[in-house]
Amino acid sequence: MDLSIVSILMLDGLTNGAVYALLGLATVLVFTVTRVIFIPQGEFVAYGALTLAIFQTGKVPGTVWLLLLMAVLAALMDVRLTWQHTRNAPRALKAGALTLLVPAVVSAISIWAAPRQFSMLVQALLTVGVVTSFGPLVYRLAYQSLADASSLTLLIVSVGVHFAMTGLGLLFFGAEGFRNPSFWDARFNLGPLALTGQAIIIIGVSLALIVLLWQFFEHTLYGKALRATAVNRLGARLMGISSHAAGQATFAMAALIGALSGLLIGPTTTVFYDSGFLIGLKGFVAAVIGGLHSYPVAAVGALFVGLVEAFGSFWASAFKEVIVFTLILPILVWRSVAGGHSEEH
Amino acid sequence: MRFTPTTQRVALLASVVVLALLPLPDFWITQLNYIALYSLVVLGLVLLTGIGGLTSFGQAAFVGIGAYTSAYLTVNLGFSPWITLFIGLGITAVSALLLGWITLRMSGHYLPLTTIAWGLSLYYLMGNLDALGKYDGILGVPTLSLGPWNVGQGRPFFVLAWLLVLLGAFGLLNLLDSRTGRAIRALRTGSMMAEAMGVNTLRYKIGIFLIAALFASLSGWLLAHFQRTVNPSPFGLKMGIEYLFMAVLGGAAYVWGAIGGALVTKLLEDQLQVLLPKLIGTSGSYEVIVFGIVLVLVLKYLPDGLWSVVGRWLPAPKRRSDDWQRAAALPERAKPALGDTVLEVQAIRKQFGGLVAVNDITFNIKAGQIVGLIGPNGAGKSTTFNLITGVLELTSGTVKFRGEPVSGLPSREIARRGVSRTFQHVKMIPEMTVLENVALGAQLRGHKGAAASMLRLDRAEEHSLLKEAARQLERVGMAHQMHEQAGNLAMGPQRLLEIARALCGDPALLLLDEPAAGLRHKEKQALAAVLRQLRSEGMSILLVEHDMDLVMDVTDHIVVMEFGTKLMDGTPEEVQQSPKVRAAYLGTEH
Repeated sequence: MDLSIVSILMLDGLTNGAVYALLGLATVLVFTVTRVIFIPQGEFVAYGALTLAIFQTGKVPGTVWLLLLMAVLAALMDVRLTWQHTRNAPRALKAGALTLLVPAVVSAISIWAAPRQFSMLVQALLTVGVVTSFGPLVYRLAYQSLADASSLTLLIVSVGVHFAMTGLGLLFFGAEGFRNPSFWDARFNLGPLALTGQAIIIIGVSLALIVLLWQFFEHTLYGKALRATAVNRLGARLMGISSHAAGQATFAMAALIGALSGLLIGPTTTVFYDSGFLIGLKGFVAAVIGGLHSYPVAAVGALFVGLVEAFGSFWASAFKEVIVFTLILPILVWRSVAGGHSEEH
Repeated sequence: MRFTPTTQRVALLASVVVLALLPLPDFWITQLNYIALYSLVVLGLVLLTGIGGLTSFGQAAFVGIGAYTSAYLTVNLGFSPWITLFIGLGITAVSALLLGWITLRMSGHYLPLTTIAWGLSLYYLMGNLDALGKYDGILGVPTLSLGPWNVGQGRPFFVLAWLLVLLGAFGLLNLLDSRTGRAIRALRTGSMMAEAMGVNTLRYKIGIFLIAALFASLSGWLLAHFQRTVNPSPFGLKMGIEYLFMAVLGGAAYVWGAIGGALVTKLLEDQLQVLLPKLIGTSGSYEVIVFGIVLVLVLKYLPDGLWSVVGRWLPAPKRRSDDWQRAAALPERAKPALGDTVLEVQAIRKQFGGLVAVNDITFNIKAGQIVGLIGPNGAGKSTTFNLITGVLELTSGTVKFRGEPVSGLPSREIARRGVSRTFQHVKMIPEMTVLENVALGAQLRGHKGAAASMLRLDRAEEHSLLKEAARQLERVGMAHQMHEQAGNLAMGPQRLLEIARALCGDPALLLLDEPAAGLRHKEKQALAAVLRQLRSEGMSILLVEHDMDLVMDVTDHIVVMEFGTKLMDGTPEEVQQSPKVRAAYLGTEH
């Protein structure tokens, strides 16, 4: 193994690690605000990559129909809930219409734009719109009415959502895998290192998104409100912050991060309907390194996971997943020693 | 006509043999064989998830360990399956202990997350190791034979597997109805109460994870010799989640729900695997969509699973009080003589960062005394209480109990030395009866473990524990409510339940944290009567309380705190007349 291989592996590891960092941050975000351990985070990645792939073929991606279906269900639930609370038909219908509005508009544009084969950037934007719209709907349908349940129940709900989303992925995208074209085909040779445009985009977008998230939580009122919900749900509710709205917003951000990760990773590997799960879980390992609450440690942990994976696949490619996922054991030993005493949940 | 539990169990075991003799089609026997294999795994999950409040997505991996160990050793090294069973269980036990020891000292979600990672690792390991035949697996695994009989296939296997399932279920039912079982059921309420009753919660959590893993491993051993081939696919994460699905669907808190869940899931899966591809037009495992949605719906609308509906139609088992009437009384510890110093609190201090919550508090309690600890809100009473009971660590100072320093010990060790407590917010297990809740207090006075409980070798001790619990309930005047569900009690009886539970620990000192909070007038009078009676029997009591009438009425000595500092101590009369105390409670005139 010489220096050039080391540098190639390092670059590979850091590129993948940047995506894992995004997913790890999304996991920490969802967990701190809603107490949900969001196992299906990776499904958004697969949905993102595959939705773009179908747009590329000029067809309407199945996710658009799924989005409409879920939006109608959520709208009906909102109509019923508002009706039960107010017995006021116009208000109930308005609540339903509000829920339906964004997904319906996004779907309509997608259906209109799909056969017209616009540039890849437009298709990428549409993909982000479609997949991000899933976030609040997933929260509304699966989690919202269970928001006060034990975190054990929420975790089991998460594996249910994972099952459903994977199966629906198979239904709407089929068993075939897709590899998206690169956003930027440039190649730069820096000594022994061949830097691809896609790698630059991945690292750049990840960094930008991390800075954006940080700014959002530090400097905007809404970001602070979400942090308040994370610290104390009841207290935040008494301060006029709706925990349902906070949950939906958080899930929208998680879905957005997932969609972007899917776009970023799509050109580097073939994505199948169930590929997202493993990718998402690597972000999860990173989140666990950060104790499910520290953003910076999760981000650094993600780069570490990426590097371990890159070097692992060089030395023992058949066992790369074994190595990455067994890593969680020494990490937890380290955390429990560093953490000292036991924590109550 | 009513049957005793023993006859019911024998009848169930016999019905397995009868079913095997009936002319059921072979297809159904095979289906039922698979259901038995699933049930074994799900039984373990019921203990872990429904009762212990922990969960695992990696049970399929433990099934895999049992299956692969036996397949590898019998095929390649010619071992007998009856030996490899125990080797498989041994390897499973070591892995479960390791995983549990690493993850369970941290908060509850690390175990399930780790089991996901572990399940994936093991799946890819099985699929990539040459020695295990990679994804093709190991073929030609011998069938099980018992002497001249082949018990590894068809009807004989049906009998073997279902007898194991039933014995496993009986073992779990026995376990839950025992000293160890009460400790396991206390885990869900959080560790504070269980630890105060002397339960080492970490040990019990690792224990139930171990038992669940062993059930899974046993199922894997059966599976390998029944299918006569192993490959990684039934041991992946998807199956791990399906096992959890079965537990939730059947009713994760019910032993019989495990079998119901396995049955319904297997039948549902078979139907869906035929129906959905026909409906959709291509093949694929679309049943996960239904499973996922059903899982969410069950958690939402039927959180106790299908068995909670079935169970409503079954008669509730009644505990017969004559079981324990003749049991031996538990030995009691030597009590301090009247007037001896029981508790010495010397200059204890607690700082949270810059805040001094408790500032060098000193006081003593003598045997047969009721000492009141009072002060306005935020005075540091509860912190003092938590320092004495070992819930919080001291910054400085010492606490001596009967002359022996106890500061720095965990709360269960302090309990072991004879300090019992109640909680400001009642902490009990609502689904258990009053009697069982109170018996939890006698945890440290029994010694039988999980294995003895499962085999019912603990009955003599168990009856003594129940007899003691009944005696303490009588002592606080609650004998008539012994068999009610604790969750149905009003606030007053709940507080008395906590006192009876504390008394079950045979304490030399009783610490009561606001026992009158939320009580009505009559209930307060009943409480005061109980306290006076306890004192007349020589009990020493520390009472943290807001209700001045009660405190002035029953205490011999009062310590007054304000802003973490001791304001004064003295008799109730001295305290009532002190201008300092009046100022602290009512403010001063300027």
